[in-house]
Amino acid sequence: MAVVLILVIVAVGSVVFHLFSPWWWTPIASNWNYIDNTIIITFWITGFVFVAVVLFVAYCVFRFRHRPGNRAAYEPENKKLEVWLASVTSIGVAAMLAPGLFVWHQFVTVPAGTTEVEVVGQQWLWSFRLPGADGKLGTSNTRAIGDGNALGVNPDDANGRDDLIVEGGELHLPVGKPVKMLLRSVDVLHDFYVPEFRAKMDMIPGMETYFWFTPTRTGTFEVLCAELCGTGHPQMRGTVVVDNEADYQTWLQEQQTFTELLAARQEQTTIASSTSSSK
Amino acid sequence: MVDIRSDASQAIPPAEVEDAELYHPKSWWTKYVFSQDAKIIAIQYSMTATAIGMVALVLSWLMRLQLGFPGTFDFIDADHYYQFITMHGMIMVIYLLTALFLGGFGNYLIPLMVGARDMVFPYANMLSYWLYLLAVLVLAAGFFAPGGPTGAGWTLYPPQAILSGTPGGKDWGILLMLFSLILFIIGFTMGGLNYVVTVLQGRARGMTLMRMPLTIWGIFTATIMALLAFPALFVAAVMMLFDRLLGTSFFMPAIVEMGEQLQQGGGSPILFQHLFWFFGHPEVYIVALPAFGIVSDLISTHARKNIFGYRMMVWAIVIIGALSFIVWAHHMYVSGMNPKFGFFFATTTLIIAVPTAIKVYNWVLTLWRGDIHLSLPMLFALAFIVTFVNGGLTGLFLGNVVVDVPLSDTMFVVAHFHMVMGVAPILVIFGAIYHWYPKVTGRMLNEAMGQIHFWVTFLGAYLIFFPMHYLGLLGIPRRYHELGETAFIPESAHTLNAFISVMALTVGAAQILFLFNLVWSLKKGREAGGNPWRATTLEWQTPQTPPAHGNWGKELPVVYRWAYDYSVPGAAEDFIPQNQPGLGRPTREAAS
Repeated sequence: MAVVLILVIVAVGSVVFHLFSPWWWTPIASNWNYIDNTIIITFWITGFVFVAVVLFVAYCVFRFRHRPGNRAAYEPENKKLEVWLASVTSIGVAAMLAPGLFVWHQFVTVPAGTTEVEVVGQQWLWSFRLPGADGKLGTSNTRAIGDGNALGVNPDDANGRDDLIVEGGELHLPVGKPVKMLLRSVDVLHDFYVPEFRAKMDMIPGMETYFWFTPTRTGTFEVLCAELCGTGHPQMRGTVVVDNEADYQTWLQEQQTFTELLAARQEQTTIASSTSSSK
Repeated sequence: MVDIRSDASQAIPPAEVEDAELYHPKSWWTKYVFSQDAKIIAIQYSMTATAIGMVALVLSWLMRLQLGFPGTFDFIDADHYYQFITMHGMIMVIYLLTALFLGGFGNYLIPLMVGARDMVFPYANMLSYWLYLLAVLVLAAGFFAPGGPTGAGWTLYPPQAILSGTPGGKDWGILLMLFSLILFIIGFTMGGLNYVVTVLQGRARGMTLMRMPLTIWGIFTATIMALLAFPALFVAAVMMLFDRLLGTSFFMPAIVEMGEQLQQGGGSPILFQHLFWFFGHPEVYIVALPAFGIVSDLISTHARKNIFGYRMMVWAIVIIGALSFIVWAHHMYVSGMNPKFGFFFATTTLIIAVPTAIKVYNWVLTLWRGDIHLSLPMLFALAFIVTFVNGGLTGLFLGNVVVDVPLSDTMFVVAHFHMVMGVAPILVIFGAIYHWYPKVTGRMLNEAMGQIHFWVTFLGAYLIFFPMHYLGLLGIPRRYHELGETAFIPESAHTLNAFISVMALTVGAAQILFLFNLVWSLKKGREAGGNPWRATTLEWQTPQTPPAHGNWGKELPVVYRWAYDYSVPGAAEDFIPQNQPGLGRPTREAAS
């Protein structure tokens, strides 16, 4: 009897925990509430199945537990029942898969007119690059990294000279505008993860990956790394600030272009070498 | 129509088969150490797996101490933490679960349950164990090597696995891990070929494939899968060794490591991930299928009822095994592979849910109108159903590509795979040990200790992993040595983490009681007799308990029926052994 009781408690307790759990997802800040909805559908279907199976087991243990003189029934197969159960399961699975694939299609289809922002990961720092006045990001290459060019922007590409470079600082995004995050890594695997945006994607050295989303509310959000990237993995944090258009433009004006950055770096090295040679 | 019903008219005269081809040991060393008897090799495998498994258990305590009470234990710094999670994962998945199910249960049960004298290639079987032991020793050597074991995570993703930002990346750690895996795979191949050939060639007369117990179907299918899947890991390990030692670039693109340009270039880190998961996903079912098979037999025997839908169960095992080779990239939805793959892999992944659900239905329908004895093996089987259904259903979240995006790399994933391929199969292992210990030793395990062990393990494990899903839903990433100050993580999440850690220590302590029971019952346990559970399968019909070398004495058994003739109408007893021709009288009298 204790077994029956505990099985019932496990089934009911799990549902109660789910309903009253203080641990729930963060308030969403992107257009991916479709994902949240699919999770809700999945919770309903799977929760129903879990409770049904565990309660059925509890009932069987209660009803068919061994008592002297009992004898089990002999029924090797029941084709009708087996086919019926397989069909119902297939329908339930399809009910979860169909919305899932539908939303995935949206997830991988970047809408036209989306602005691009590049995120560059390295152990254990986030950097960002935004297109300049021409609206285009210049090409980049890991081999070009060095001499103050920390992101490996191709110095011969005219499109890249006016790109805005943010090394280890905040990324600002305008609210309500779809953005395609181009993801690059210069050393190991990382993963750009902001829980409130629901989207995330690994960053792979030697490749460019992406995801897109539309920020739906202003605020400051923490960037975490979601792919084990070595000792400093939990400390690899960054900040995304979603601004209204005016604040965003103000922030944009303050950023350094690639050309300005290189000039500043060269100046520094000249000063440094001249001071060291004068000593 | 397959002959699953008892048919008394076709009595086959027993054949006397001499066991002259078996090598009988001549000394203590060849009997107990360099043994070629599958039963001894099974015990060697099991003891080695348990020993290294205890190491992995202690590592999980250390991890939980850090997660539950961050900053309290100074000696668990970030590097150590990552080394602990890596070794814990790799040991549990490969060196404990795979070795115990296939090397342990496979070796003990295959010859006995199919009615063979031993494995077909006893010498290769012996070598298999010694290579496994060597692999375990090389793995454990990582703890004592300069720089310690690798801390790359059990997935060993390059390039970080072989770079300096990861513990063991430029030291011995990653090398020992890769060497150990290579040894394990060579050893496993010797054992695995043995299991497959023994099932195909060594069955007793009358033991058709569709009369085999589901335990054998599970182990057999899992072994074939392992023989096909491990080579992918093998080549990945060899290539990574080359990248690390010879400077090749299989997995190494152009990289700037800590401000310095590396010489390598042109390789692909994602290629490794495909190879790893081409092995890694079948690996989940390599662990799960033997558990499916064993739990079917536990439920049937202890509910005194035939397994419901036997043929469907066999086909479900085979179909799951086949499908598991075309779902691997569901581990890589956010890896940066072409996102269009997501459509294909989400579909195949969710299709697997159908045969898996059929198995669950058939287990619970076996209970329906049964005569359920709440023995320890049955309790563990019931707990398996609860945890497996729970863990399987959360797989529908993670397999459904778009739902996986927010949940991947969070504690939700950790909770899911521990529930479905940690807790559930280990509950089956416990149930199986309570079930077969009397055959292995001739004595029953202590019931009182077993009850404590069961309740603490089942409820404790559920309380660890069920709430953990909600930490993942909240967004807490996995593989974080410490959460630090993170705005979206409320204080209550830290309280829950502390609770989970306390439960983890408690469940761990219950395993010490279990190990004590194993030793204590060896001498003090109640005498079991040859067939304490009144079971039908052949291993319970041996002339001696524990079975002698060669298993069957002079005459090999002849099989007349499937493995599930429980409570047959009109039969004298509520079970009819597989080697009994008629309905009524006990086996050996009827056969003689």
